[in-house]
Amino acid sequence: MRYVAVLERPEASVLRGLMGQIEQMLTGRGAEAPDDELAALTGIRTGPSTPPEDPVLARLLPDFASSEEKDADDLSSALRSMHEPELIEAKRAAIATVLTTCPAGGGRVELAPSQAEEWLAAINDVRLALGVALEVTEDMPEQLPADDPRADHLPVYHWLTWLQDSLVMTLTG
Amino acid sequence: MSPAPLAAAPPRVVPLDVRLSAPAEPEVDERTEEAVDEATLADTPWQTIVWNDPVNLMSYVTYVLQKLFGYDKAKATALMLDVHHKGRATVSSGSREKVEGDVSRLHAAGLWATMQRAS
Repeated sequence: MRYVAVLERPEASVLRGLMGQIEQMLTGRGAEAPDDELAALTGIRTGPSTPPEDPVLARLLPDFASSEEKDADDLSSALRSMHEPELIEAKRAAIATVLTTCPAGGGRVELAPSQAEEWLAAINDVRLALGVALEVTEDMPEQLPADDPRADHLPVYHWLTWLQDSLVMTLTG
Repeated sequence: MSPAPLAAAPPRVVPLDVRLSAPAEPEVDERTEEAVDEATLADTPWQTIVWNDPVNLMSYVTYVLQKLFGYDKAKATALMLDVHHKGRATVSSGSREKVEGDVSRLHAAGLWATMQRAS
């Protein structure tokens, strides 16, 4: 089974641009991982134990423990250094799939089921990032007043929402 | 690499009996109780909680719950609606290792998930 979509040139350009930005942020975060001897010896990487200061990265890589859990901070730190490298890798791999399968000039996109799933995850990450940047709320209007600095960017967010929802409907339909 | 033992049970304190002819029965009871308490603590299951957020789509959350946990559409939809209306839902439970993996997979999918011990 293959899934097919057709993207206009500006759509492909916006999508690829945003994917590239998130990819850069994730790569930067990945480079913060301690490069210790034990990791070199065992091949097991460990990530940072503190959450990213950048609010977008913090949303893409949230804490593991509920705040109401006893010793939540210690548990989150330990689990973050253990799981963050593989999470960053999975997110980067999903973005890489989008960048390989979406032609830069727009046009026909043809996806195998596993690639469609990666598209979903990558689009969701871009929407999460925009959600933080644009301070999206649950009852976000279709348009913001023209003097709102976010007004020009909101249509992209809504388009990605539509794109993601269409893809979910196609995969489950 | 093994996880740091953060939630480990407290060190086992073995009472030293210096009595030469101590009555056996009460001692046995005490040890049994202690063992039960420790076992209960270690067996307390963990829960995976998914929290509401303004970005994740209802359709996508339902899809992810079906895909990751093998839930049918009705169950995944009910959990998604709990997240939406109550702000949170417990989507899986089990050993710490299992729940840790579940939270990790949910984060990979972009859902806001955390873990905690069942209360």
